[in-house]
Amino acid sequence: MSLAARGLTFHYRQQAVVQEVSLELHPGEWLALLGPNGAGKSTLLRLMAGLLLPTAGQVWLDEQPLARCSSWRRGQQIAFLPQDGPYPENLTVEEVVLLGRTPHLGLLGRPGPADWAAVRWAMQETQVAALAQRLLPTLSGGERQRVLLARALAACPRFLLLDEPTSHLDLHHQAEFLRLLSSLRSQGLGILTVLHDPNLAAQADRVAFLRQGRIMALGAPLEVLQEPLLRGVYGPGVQVRHLEGRPVVLLGG
Amino acid sequence: MALGRPLTRPLPWGQRVAVLAGLVLLLFLALVLGLGIGAVAVPPVEVVRALLGLEANPIVTELRLPRVLGAMLVGAALALSGAAYQGLFRNPLADPYLMGSAAGAAFGVVVAVSWLGGFSGAFAQHAIFERLPFSATWFGFLGALAAVALTLLLAGGASRTQDLILAGVVVGSVLVSLTSYLMLQGADRVRAVFAYTLGNLSFMSWPGVGLLGLYLLLTLPLLWLLSRTLNALSLGEETARSLGLPLERLKLLAIGAATLLTAAAVAQAGIIGFVGLVVPHALRRLLGGDYRYLLPASVLGGAVLLTLADLLARTLVAPGELPVGILTTLLGGPFFLYLLWRGRRV
Repeated sequence: MSLAARGLTFHYRQQAVVQEVSLELHPGEWLALLGPNGAGKSTLLRLMAGLLLPTAGQVWLDEQPLARCSSWRRGQQIAFLPQDGPYPENLTVEEVVLLGRTPHLGLLGRPGPADWAAVRWAMQETQVAALAQRLLPTLSGGERQRVLLARALAACPRFLLLDEPTSHLDLHHQAEFLRLLSSLRSQGLGILTVLHDPNLAAQADRVAFLRQGRIMALGAPLEVLQEPLLRGVYGPGVQVRHLEGRPVVLLGG
Repeated sequence: MALGRPLTRPLPWGQRVAVLAGLVLLLFLALVLGLGIGAVAVPPVEVVRALLGLEANPIVTELRLPRVLGAMLVGAALALSGAAYQGLFRNPLADPYLMGSAAGAAFGVVVAVSWLGGFSGAFAQHAIFERLPFSATWFGFLGALAAVALTLLLAGGASRTQDLILAGVVVGSVLVSLTSYLMLQGADRVRAVFAYTLGNLSFMSWPGVGLLGLYLLLTLPLLWLLSRTLNALSLGEETARSLGLPLERLKLLAIGAATLLTAAAVAQAGIIGFVGLVVPHALRRLLGGDYRYLLPASVLGGAVLLTLADLLARTLVAPGELPVGILTTLLGGPFFLYLLWRGRRV
């Protein structure tokens, strides 16, 4: 029972963006994709979400090729939140979160009690219930990001795929958002996040370090975030310290 | 691109229904006004009696009714098609006129008339499409589809508003030039064809009303069934696809339906600009962005607006009349500039 990439390769205009990547996301686990710009993190995330089709290799959902799942089933199992996606300007928070139920409703279904229960649950988890009747442009950046997360959660997915979910949040909201993710993980959700900040990735259960479309290292943050690897990518000044059992990456002079 | 200041608070459900009911009432008022006002004034009570068949009044039921119903249907078709384009392309300024699809439809129609019908026969005043009302719409449909495709191709998609508008204007003006050239080929009927391309409801006939009604009946339910897709598209295409929507097929269906509506309206009444822009825009501020309400409301709002605009067009300079397309462009142009200006400030 997992979402797995096996031998995944993706070419864009004859250039390999993702090369022979294999990794497995389990329920109740938070896996962070880390790497420099252009490493292929976002492309890998979209391949895992079934939004791009691999040039070679396959994504497997519970040992079944994802490409052969119906799109509705894919939407029920895997939720995707893009970075900087557009958001509706004239819909209320509740209406936006209800859009997350689309995979269960199809084109024509009317939302029933189960759908509203899922919407309420998602809004409570993300603490946006009090904003239910507000319109999205009237919210702060942190609130809006939580609403969009609630939209993704409303499908009650088993896997949650997030592209740089904290990139526009200040430190306080970043920490809050990551706490929220770890609480969701402990409820059994498998979470895959693209992150470019090693210190945020250090809070995940496992880290996959990508460079030029390949996985350079995959494992617990302590194993992956080591000076030799990071210096090769970010420069010789990088130092790794340890604080409460987690690595802290410093950019030295 | 953030266009338009959002409502600070949305309307509760009951108020949305009240807005729809209000639009129905306005539509009835516009109908009575449109049928009553003209060279011979008919009091509202008599208009209603004539409509109910209680007394014979050929001025109301034979002379004015097809034109007023035509105005309603053309306005409804343009506003519905504009609302659908705006949702599909996630661009609040997309509309049949600005996207070039109206010009494409007019080109197709004029091609149909000049090649198949011949200017001399078919373009006699008041009988513009007696010979080929049906195929004119389909030629218009082909022209409009080609124009939309070309606009999207030139703009590299629909996400950048400026590019979309620029491409639409270029495609539109090239097609208008080609249409003018075709018109000059049939010089003896230039005036009639010219009046048609400017947007004119005086060519409306019962068969035209019937055809428009048919196309509206076919496309409104289809587009309404797609309203959840349009709602999901407001989260971006990628997210809409991640929600399981088979987007490629659904978008083709919606573009086809919206473009067919444009073509049907243009085939009957020429190019009438800005109805498809103004109506959904105003209603979005009143009703919020849920297309389940916005689409039917746009049908009603477009019908009201064009009926009233046509009433002005035929009474302002009586006994002559203005092409209604000129009037809507004169009124809609400044509104469009206002939207652009406010969009730039946000």
